[in-house]
Amino acid sequence: MKVKTLDDLQQIKEKGIKLLYPRKTKIMVGMGTCGLATGAGEVFEAISEEVEKQKLDVVISPTCCIGFCQKEPLVDILQPGRPRISYGEMTPERARELIVALARGEIKKEWALAKIEEEEYLVEDKIWRYPEDSSLKELEEIPTYEQLAFYAKQRKIAMRNCGFINPENIEEYIARGGYKTLYRVLKEFQPGQVISEIIKSGLRGRGGAGFPTGRKWDICSKATGDIKYIICNGDEGDPGAYMDRSILEGDPHSVLEGMIIGAYAIGAREGYIYVRAEYPLAVKNIGIAIKQAEDYGLLGENIFGSGFNFTIKVDRGAGAFVCGEETALIAALEGRVGEPRLRPPYPAQSGLWGKPTNINNVETWANVPVIMARGADWYAQYGTETSKGTKVFSLVGKIENTGLVEVPMGITLREVVYDVGGGIPDGKKFKAVQTGGPSGGCIPQQFLDLPIDYEQLTKVGAIMGSGGMIVMDEDTCMVDVAKYFVDFLKSESCGKCTSCREGIESMHDILTGITEGRGREGDIELLEELCEVVRDTSLCALGGTAPNPVLTTIRYFRDEYEAHIREKCCPARVCKALVSYYILPDKCEACMICLRNCSAEAISGGKNQIHVIDQNKCTKCGTCFDVCPPRFSAVEKISGEPIPPAPQPKERVLARAK
Amino acid sequence: MEVSKVEVNQVDQIVDQYGGDKSSLIGILHDTQTEYGYLPREAIQRITQKLEIPLSYTLRVASFYATFSFEPRGRHLINACLGTTCHVREMGRILDKIQDVLGVEPGETTTDRRFTLETVRCLGCCSLAPVMRIDEKTYGRLRRDKVEGILKRFE
Repeated sequence: MKVKTLDDLQQIKEKGIKLLYPRKTKIMVGMGTCGLATGAGEVFEAISEEVEKQKLDVVISPTCCIGFCQKEPLVDILQPGRPRISYGEMTPERARELIVALARGEIKKEWALAKIEEEEYLVEDKIWRYPEDSSLKELEEIPTYEQLAFYAKQRKIAMRNCGFINPENIEEYIARGGYKTLYRVLKEFQPGQVISEIIKSGLRGRGGAGFPTGRKWDICSKATGDIKYIICNGDEGDPGAYMDRSILEGDPHSVLEGMIIGAYAIGAREGYIYVRAEYPLAVKNIGIAIKQAEDYGLLGENIFGSGFNFTIKVDRGAGAFVCGEETALIAALEGRVGEPRLRPPYPAQSGLWGKPTNINNVETWANVPVIMARGADWYAQYGTETSKGTKVFSLVGKIENTGLVEVPMGITLREVVYDVGGGIPDGKKFKAVQTGGPSGGCIPQQFLDLPIDYEQLTKVGAIMGSGGMIVMDEDTCMVDVAKYFVDFLKSESCGKCTSCREGIESMHDILTGITEGRGREGDIELLEELCEVVRDTSLCALGGTAPNPVLTTIRYFRDEYEAHIREKCCPARVCKALVSYYILPDKCEACMICLRNCSAEAISGGKNQIHVIDQNKCTKCGTCFDVCPPRFSAVEKISGEPIPPAPQPKERVLARAK
Repeated sequence: MEVSKVEVNQVDQIVDQYGGDKSSLIGILHDTQTEYGYLPREAIQRITQKLEIPLSYTLRVASFYATFSFEPRGRHLINACLGTTCHVREMGRILDKIQDVLGVEPGETTTDRRFTLETVRCLGCCSLAPVMRIDEKTYGRLRRDKVEGILKRFE
């Protein structure tokens, strides 16, 4: 069936509503990549088996990531006449218990994370309310999603459907208002009006530099030429960021609808989605979505009978970070080596096959339908003066609640780390937040109250980037982090510019020397000088921003660099060459655990014999430190000071055995 | 390994699926690697011939992108994630353990051809760091003492 009218769309919507809220119990399992990695597949199977065993008449449906990765795998139960309940940290056994309880007509409170009493249909400005059931005391004790600290400060726009729909069903996307905006745009808006609306909304590119999206569209729409292209950059290369994967997996139609609207505004007939090959599920789901949209005539010829034609193809990346850069990405799409070229001309004038081309990333495209549906003013109510709307961050690293969080721009780092993220685990101390991937920087404690927007992050030496937010604690060595990024960039530099290729290599050599105890006075200054040269003389942003991780760590954690160089001490006790392991004789209880686990056989001792590490044999793998029972805590990491001599053989007998 | 007649046909089929278009080279290389587990020399030559491009062009593209391998891989492919979050959460120590257990460095294949160990820049499962992927399955929240047990599941 080809959809031509609003009535056609309404018919599909009704079908979708029945899928979203069937007249019987529905069990949803979060089957995004994170969910699957924590065992969602096994949970799904266990549920299916138990449902059959209990002879229950229920629907089991996959969905993708709702963002609370910390609690994966997640299972949601929707019963007619009741709010939806989310269960976290599921195992096959726990899931079976849920089903058994369901068969008995009981509601399990155990493992219940939250209940959802209403769902927002953002693009339609409607609220879907689940029926209340005040007779159930159990339900009262479960908090609502809004009451959870993790969600309280979030505002979902780009991720509005993730975790709510089965991404393989276009009907469910349409049920929540999908493609209605496209209809309105094609029927009621001139292309120029769409561009004005996007300009007015203040939306900026969510992939890196934050260029105003509407202005980019405007330039491309005014470029001369009959043939123009639209590209969706899904080559999410920044390590530590995965919101684009999650959107492509969990709500691919939001990206398609955004792209079709953009194509209409700019005057493009063909579009490409470039996805990392490391994201197989995203590739699969976007492929299904395109097929379904084509079947309904939402992609292809004469969309909604408007005379507008547009098709989309998917291309897989092949593992090259530099392809996140626009001109390199275009080269890859043309089947060439992904090397950036000099700009201008910008892709908006001369891009794919030399034609005007507009590139935006996944999250940017996903925002577009909402802006067109609710209006620029509505969107611009969120955010700061220069950075409007929300941003999805992947809050990861040393953080209590890890996951994808979508928050209004202007929220402070402290709110994200402590309120949404729940702070640092194990009572450790916060050290820094790294944003912006290898082009970004490390932001220290003193800037925790910084409101997050493009300008503020740049001011402190970092960048927004694609939204990776890696939290680091006292156990993270900042010199090691700088070396990590330089190592990354060393292998990802395409090699075209000498300064980037050789400069990063030299920075890597110096940093390796520092972390291995070969640092010399003057190394820091030399690094700074190299950074300047690489930044000023590289063609693309890879080289241009490569110094950021080094410069910010030097700026804010110079004492750590100096400790490595002068005292040969790694304050965080991370750099292997500068760390030794030592067993405290007065704490060792001769339990034999470390001795048995030492693969290097470097630990001597025995029953009632205090254990001693032979420093010449020790490979510093840290196993002894890991396995020593916390009640003894006898293994110590030492850095920058001499290792105390081992006790004399006769002193090695355990006191209680004497 | 010789590419037999049948395999030439297979390569031809892959190239034809893309309409013999040289801009689809990366897609063709992807599918060829899926078919053989790596890019056999004969397959590369055949692709080059069919697309009417210089061999140096194909080799330059194939060697530029990290995904492609010119060496036959083992029965199972381990992708150890070296993303920032994994790094901060001590993936280095997990990787040391994998190397210890298998006796290979990243990029190498075990002598029994059971595993090829490779590293990848980020699998996008940062919330579960440290992470590795073996074939299609992702393993998160890794600990050194769990590594051997996971590897044992693969024949």
